[in-house]
Amino acid sequence: MVTRVGVEVSIALADAVKLANPDVVAAYPITPQTHIVEHLAELVANGELDAEYIPVESEHSAMSACLGSAAAGARTFTATASQGLALMNEVVYVAPPMRLPIVMAVANRSLSAPLSIWPDHSDMMSVRDTGWIQIIVENGQQAVDNTIIAFRIAEDQKVLLPVMVHLDGFTLTHVIEPIIFPTQETVDKYLPKIRFPLPLNPDRPVAMGEFAPPFIFTETKWAQEVALNNSKKVILKAWDEFAKVFGRKYLPVEKYHSEGAKVLILTMGSSGETASVAIDELRKEGMDVGQISLRLWRPFPFQELREAVKDADVLIVMDRAISFGGPGGPLASEVKAALYNQAKRPKVVNFVISLGGRDTTVSGFKDIINKGINIAAKGSKNEYEIYGVRE
Amino acid sequence: MAKSENELTWKDLEIGCIIEAPGSARRYESGTWRSQRPTYDFTKCIKCGLCALYCPEGCIEQNKDGYFEADMYYCKGCGICARECWTRVITMVEEVE
Repeated sequence: MVTRVGVEVSIALADAVKLANPDVVAAYPITPQTHIVEHLAELVANGELDAEYIPVESEHSAMSACLGSAAAGARTFTATASQGLALMNEVVYVAPPMRLPIVMAVANRSLSAPLSIWPDHSDMMSVRDTGWIQIIVENGQQAVDNTIIAFRIAEDQKVLLPVMVHLDGFTLTHVIEPIIFPTQETVDKYLPKIRFPLPLNPDRPVAMGEFAPPFIFTETKWAQEVALNNSKKVILKAWDEFAKVFGRKYLPVEKYHSEGAKVLILTMGSSGETASVAIDELRKEGMDVGQISLRLWRPFPFQELREAVKDADVLIVMDRAISFGGPGGPLASEVKAALYNQAKRPKVVNFVISLGGRDTTVSGFKDIINKGINIAAKGSKNEYEIYGVRE
Repeated sequence: MAKSENELTWKDLEIGCIIEAPGSARRYESGTWRSQRPTYDFTKCIKCGLCALYCPEGCIEQNKDGYFEADMYYCKGCGICARECWTRVITMVEEVE
């Protein structure tokens, strides 16, 4: 018997963290992540979650506390967004090479200036090269599921890497959605507690985060790269096994009417569901158009992306961030790099959309698709276009 | 220690670059950084030990005759010992291979 509960996604995500039974939560509140950590603090204060809640004085301290906690072998969770992620940036880089399996929810929000509390992907792109596994979701159920899955991936002895679960701020964090919560028993079974292999322990002292002179630093970075790339097998297996137990299947590149379609649109995050409605309407009008959406941002799913676009002539890529003075959106930049050496590849057209919370509607996506087809046919002097910008 | 520093591959690293046994920093030869080396005129040395106190590397010890001398495996050639020596025992000279 499956029960759906109407609940705000932030609260649902915090309840998913509770189901994962963490030992430590260290976090600092920031819009639009606040409800996640507020609810976790409440659960701990009420005795419903047996965990140490560390109310730190900044995000830099939050991630620092998480490093120590994970190094001691504790199951560790934090959450942040935007400026908070920027402030903790120095410490975000430290977790992956130290192989500390922290799970962090990021309520995607634009970066200042100008100040904006609304969603885009500039924060998540700012940590692209930190070495974390980065999963991005489209709706509340996916956020709940992937929060549980993230612990399983992070703590797998073949992975031991931190995982970010990205959900767009407000568009997801502050809406009420029907959520199916798995039972505690099934989560416990899916998520056995695996301890860090060489934890901080006075009985067996180790040194962590040591200095690496030039003779070994390069090798440490290659070890980190190999670990992140190898994590993909475990991610796929974790998603597979989740599907077997809970019936919901996740893939690095999700497909929607994309098989054989000549025109494809690539989305990432919550705007994907709006785009799907546009795809439905355009297909009804007889247009040969499909959608793919990226679930796994790091490690980047090269193989799955190439496979998904192999029959397409045009690939319209939606970005919610800008690499200023560069090639346009970070997603399109990656996609172009992934396809450049392929013998057959679609024309890639890049739109930057929905910056700082501006909505792109169904009619907007239809307009973008038509514009994209036109640009692919005629070419453009611009690397990308910001959709809807008033010039 | 089976392998020398330059033979270690990424596969030899412990998970997360964790160091399991103490003393690994002691093996690190910081003496290769040197562009100048200290030379000594021990006839002037009063064995006060100020050079050893000031040495930021902590690599100066008394030799078998009681004179203070840097361990060249670690000495980075900073010259602080030469600067601080009361009796001008130490002269820095250019390091040659």
